[in-house]
Amino acid sequence: MIVADKKPIEEIIDYVKDHQSILVLGCNECVTVCEAGGKKEVGLLASALRMHFLQQGREVNIGERTLERQCDHEYLEEIRTSVDNYEALVSLACGVGVQFTAEKYMNLPVYPGVNTLFMGANEMRGVWSERCQGCGQCLLGHSGGICPVSRCAKRILNGPCGGSTAGKCEISKEIPCGWQLIIDRLKALGRMDDYEKISPIKNWSTERSGGPRKVVREDLKL
Amino acid sequence: MRLPYQPSIKIIRIPCTGKVDALHIMRSFEKGADGVYLVGCREGDCHFNQGNFRAKARVEHLQRLLDKLGIGGQRLQMYNLSSSDGPMFARFAEEMHQRIMEAGPSPVRQALQKLKKRQPAPEQAVAAAL
Amino acid sequence: MKVKTPSKLEKILASGKMAVTSECGPPRGSDPDVIPHKAEKIRKHVDAINVTDNQTSMTRLCSLAACIRLKLMGVEPVLQMVTRDRNRIAIQSDILGAASFDINNILCLSGDHQSFGDCAQGQNVYDLDSMQLIQTVRHMRDEGKFLGGDPISRPPQMFVGAAENPFADPYEIRVPRLAKKIAAGVEFIQTQCIYNLDKFEDWMSKARDRGLTEQVYILAGVTPMKSAAMARYMKNKVPGMDVPEEVVKRLAGTPKEKQAEEGIKMCIESIQRLKEVKGLSGFHVMAIEWEEMVPEIVERAGLYPRPVVD
Repeated sequence: MIVADKKPIEEIIDYVKDHQSILVLGCNECVTVCEAGGKKEVGLLASALRMHFLQQGREVNIGERTLERQCDHEYLEEIRTSVDNYEALVSLACGVGVQFTAEKYMNLPVYPGVNTLFMGANEMRGVWSERCQGCGQCLLGHSGGICPVSRCAKRILNGPCGGSTAGKCEISKEIPCGWQLIIDRLKALGRMDDYEKISPIKNWSTERSGGPRKVVREDLKL
Repeated sequence: MRLPYQPSIKIIRIPCTGKVDALHIMRSFEKGADGVYLVGCREGDCHFNQGNFRAKARVEHLQRLLDKLGIGGQRLQMYNLSSSDGPMFARFAEEMHQRIMEAGPSPVRQALQKLKKRQPAPEQAVAAAL
Repeated sequence: MKVKTPSKLEKILASGKMAVTSECGPPRGSDPDVIPHKAEKIRKHVDAINVTDNQTSMTRLCSLAACIRLKLMGVEPVLQMVTRDRNRIAIQSDILGAASFDINNILCLSGDHQSFGDCAQGQNVYDLDSMQLIQTVRHMRDEGKFLGGDPISRPPQMFVGAAENPFADPYEIRVPRLAKKIAAGVEFIQTQCIYNLDKFEDWMSKARDRGLTEQVYILAGVTPMKSAAMARYMKNKVPGMDVPEEVVKRLAGTPKEKQAEEGIKMCIESIQRLKEVKGLSGFHVMAIEWEEMVPEIVERAGLYPRPVVD
């Protein structure tokens, strides 16, 4: 899932400080699961904003709504008429949702309420960590199911580097060395011989540096 | 035990402090409460295992948010006691009352009064307890 | 092993004599005299001098420019190149730049993460890793082609090296990793500085068992300790460094004014012991900001005078 984290309240207040009516729009999927932008977070942000404006002597109309997703036209259409009541919209969806909302409601200022970070998994309540960087050429079949692109700070394809210490990355004791994980897994699978296979130079053109990406499925287009 | 405590305190009974949603606390302040405090089981004694720990984490998080909003995190507190400890309960009530008196009326309540939306009784505090 | 490039370092190693290399750190500015000044102190005592490449991600004068300066003063340079800061275009381009000045030695490294240095907010590149950089240099040299496939006019003639750290974790893959680098085309190795001689000898014996010492020249890294504080710092704060407690104790037990002298003595003792290790081809003496001690270390370790090759 996409993992995001709440933006600091001061930043959001700075975006919306001059508006008289604001819609706080949440998303029921990824940001709900990582407790950054779901219905509850919408409620908390709206309450905080109301209290902020009250202290300034202003009664600002703060609307609250949570859509199933903000990355699909059908769901964004649900607020077609209600957006007319607002001067601005704070979207708590990931960067995708914020942009899709902005594209659809061209004349409405749309501000992000979360910082979108990565594609990752829920390790336990309150902890999410990165697993995938969307390189477009998945090599998990060769690395024992652990990704050197997203789990190694240097995305080394023939690791580990000389800084790996006690299974941790040289940059932080909180970060496991991706290559230690790969080696442990290759050992568990009895495939340590694979370790000496040299991973060739990667084709990065399907990654971000190749330009904004698109998937088109002709078999699905009407 | 019929120990006296301040009339400024309104009690809301809940089965466990873990049931208190962050939103309930925020809405209380939004409606003009000068202070909110939670009274839960002693740490390690929660009848529902971790409810009071969850409450504590929420309280700490909201204290920081209330500071940032200029309302004052000290207006929100969490206390722990054994459910039979009447004297302790009364002490907490007095302590919270004093704390709020020192902090003064909540800026949100003052703003609401200015906007003439409501006329609350002086020094309203709300408590949620077992 | 046959000589494949005009590199003086390669010639000395191929002759079967112990080679000695050292390193100089470039300045954090554009002063043209810093590197020549450091190099003059040690040039008669070493066969080649490495120039570090924005080491620990601290921005410095680039290794390529410093190596050109060394070459122009008649000193044999080793160009250190990290893949952290350059994509494959810049890498091939810098290699050609070096080759245009007939710089014949390159050390292929991934490079410390940028969070250690003065530009922690910057991007990193890692378009290639050190293994793939080795392959790239060999490809440019032996096939005479760019990675894209076009022919190179006047291909580089570089002797290809890499670093290895026998003390990094996990230990069990440190020899397979050496084998992997050899398969990628590496021709010489400079190791991380050695304080745990037992562990190093174990690594070497495993390398020998696999026949790897016949396929690559290995130079043992040595760094003299200046003080007990330095020893403790390196033991606790530097990733991938193995400093045994006896080393720290020995220095700590020496009065402060004599610690540097003791550190030099310990370095020379290590060299004497490592000279006996079968399959070792030389030493890489790293005395950062203490280059003036290199001649004494080399002489007292019995490695002076340096051989002359044409």
